[in-house]
Amino acid sequence: MAVYLLCFTLFLLGIYCILRKRNIIKIIIGVIISEYAVNLFFILTAYRAEGRAPIYSKSAIIENMVDALPQAVVLTSIVIGLATTALLVGIAMRIYEKYGTFDITKIRDLRG
Amino acid sequence: MMQAMNIIPIFVAIPLAGSFIIAILGKRPRWAPDLISGFTTLVLLAASILAVGIANTHGVLVYSIGAWKAPIGIEMVLDGLTAFMLVTINLVAFAVSVYAVNYMEQFTSKSKFYTLFLLMLAGMNGLVVTGDMFNLFVFLEIASVASYALVAFGTEKHELEAAFKYAIMGTVASLFILLGIAILYSFTSTLNMADMASVLAQKESKNIVLMVSVLFLMGFGLKSAIVPFHAWLPDAHPSAPAPISAMLSGVLIKSLGIYALCRIFYNVIGMTAEVSSVFMFLGVLSMVVGVFLAIGQWDLKRLLAYHSISQIGYVVLGISLGTPLGVIGGLFHLFNHSIFKSLLFLDAGAVEYATGTRDLKDMGGLSAKMPATGTTNLIASMSIAGIPPFNGFWSKLIIIIATVEAGRYWYAFWAVLASLLTLASFMKVMKYAFLGALKEKWSQIKEVPVFMKLSMGVLAAICVFGGLLIIPDVADVFLNRARNVIMEGVDYAGLVLKSIR
Amino acid sequence: MSREREKGMSIIVKTITRLTVGLILLYGIYILSHGHVTPGGGFAGGIIIALSFVHLMLAYGKDVALAKLPKGVTSFLEGTAAIAFLSIALLGFMTGYFFLNFLSKGEEFRLFSAGIIPLCNIVISIKVGAGLFAIFAALVLLKFEPEKKEKRK
Repeated sequence: MAVYLLCFTLFLLGIYCILRKRNIIKIIIGVIISEYAVNLFFILTAYRAEGRAPIYSKSAIIENMVDALPQAVVLTSIVIGLATTALLVGIAMRIYEKYGTFDITKIRDLRG
Repeated sequence: MMQAMNIIPIFVAIPLAGSFIIAILGKRPRWAPDLISGFTTLVLLAASILAVGIANTHGVLVYSIGAWKAPIGIEMVLDGLTAFMLVTINLVAFAVSVYAVNYMEQFTSKSKFYTLFLLMLAGMNGLVVTGDMFNLFVFLEIASVASYALVAFGTEKHELEAAFKYAIMGTVASLFILLGIAILYSFTSTLNMADMASVLAQKESKNIVLMVSVLFLMGFGLKSAIVPFHAWLPDAHPSAPAPISAMLSGVLIKSLGIYALCRIFYNVIGMTAEVSSVFMFLGVLSMVVGVFLAIGQWDLKRLLAYHSISQIGYVVLGISLGTPLGVIGGLFHLFNHSIFKSLLFLDAGAVEYATGTRDLKDMGGLSAKMPATGTTNLIASMSIAGIPPFNGFWSKLIIIIATVEAGRYWYAFWAVLASLLTLASFMKVMKYAFLGALKEKWSQIKEVPVFMKLSMGVLAAICVFGGLLIIPDVADVFLNRARNVIMEGVDYAGLVLKSIR
Repeated sequence: MSREREKGMSIIVKTITRLTVGLILLYGIYILSHGHVTPGGGFAGGIIIALSFVHLMLAYGKDVALAKLPKGVTSFLEGTAAIAFLSIALLGFMTGYFFLNFLSKGEEFRLFSAGIIPLCNIVISIKVGAGLFAIFAALVLLKFEPEKKEKRK
């Protein structure tokens, strides 16, 4: 139970970063932290009591293995996170080139 | 090999193949990206019209990828709602692809544009076709990330700022959706939509389903720009190049947002009265807030973006009513809005191509020099304002009648008021941009090139004849099938599991 | 600075890199080719292979690494691997289902078994490796001066 609470705290920490930090790079780091927290939550729900790693070999007995499906799912999710992060960083660098600053309170041309 | 269900993976495989081929070919020869993209979208349009016929004759078609049967494997499901969305998406994509042949000459890297455009199309097609929850998330992310890159395509100041805001908010929404999927998986231990629906119907599950409903409402609500999750749309849609604005406003917010909400809330979780009334309230809120904020706008594309929020409110109100008439009204308005909103954005792009400005105060009397753009804009404005006999009138009428029949008189009043304000807003656009005296500096402009005129003409023709879709014989083929899928709710699971061979 | 600094990092880092970068590449290929028997597979193997090139770039400077793997080759590899993956899927489509595992499956736990999965692993690793290296190269090569802020009118 405590593990789930810690995972949720990590998620909320990432969301706090996105909401309150003013530097674009810190906002991107907040996004990364939240993504990792959600992936961790998915893996945590796959644990079975006294489970072993779900690797099948010639001498393994299929009993008491943890759930293997979330592991494949989280692998896909990590790749998606990588692509999103790369795009966000590219946009952030171009913003610095055009606006001259990383401070989001000064990047407010569009409004109304 | 020629079984009917083999058509389903085509919708994902062909745009992906086109996108990768354009990525390798690059810029040589010059006509290659245009030709490949136009050909791909034409093939997809033909396949989607064929899919409507197939869905009518065979009912629900299920295709198991890699011959792994459910509930282990990933499945693709083709039923009435899927066929309806496929026609909408591919029709608008074909028109936009033809339009972009001329419009994107202003930018330098056309091949990168077509790569991203076909990737976004593959993501949207894949999302409406899939029958597996995590596969839906993967296609959602493909389409979203491609659209973030497309909004930033021109790399000017405003486009980058809008793209950054859109990307951060879209990523947070995707995180909420993934959290919801994780909680649902841990509760039902399956990812297949039909299997999940049958498990949820049997287990005692009120609190978890409530939490997951809230998470999905936040996530998919942001993707479909329902108030209060709409803040990214007025910045992102005007800053994108015009063909991408048409795609974003016309199909992306509907495929990623409204279709996913329908599929999950009607077919998987099951619609209850509380969720229904929350959606109705949010729909009416979107309607009113969108149109009030749109009245004071002087930037043409920003005005159209606010009207998108308002019209999506109509669609959400119609679909969440839950009565057969309301659902048909909502779905019909979804199709109509794709057509006339894309046409409006393409017209705004044509104006920008010819004059270089988006400010309404700067323009005046343009229809003397640009008759095709002026006529199509008039047709689209009358459609969105709800003037008979254009298609917008019929769908809005059905939604208002359904709201009155369901006893929600206040909501019907707000719907009529929003419609009147939409009419006023578009009369302002027509007056300032197209009618009136031609200003001195615009005396040299010419009409837009042929491909742009062609695609705008096709969409305008559908606007004029779109009202025919509600005739009972024609509606049976197209709209009624989609309505039946939504109305049968969680029986979807039984139908799909039976159709697996 | 009056004297041109030598590119890359210090001599200790360069020596260790020269010794280990081949081993990292070999380790990545091992993870990728045994993807159907042990944990790992295409994505993990591809990332490790890309990291060996990134290691080279960090230790020696971007010119040496880009001489080994130019930008044009990286883009071409990425696109080709994507088309190869799609054509493996479509080959399955021709003979049955999309992504059908149509090659022989062999005995379990041997290297040449499990149908199309090793082929998919190889293709995915090329795509992911080329993609990661391209992202890194693009971020390193981006040269700009920040625009001077103009006075607002």
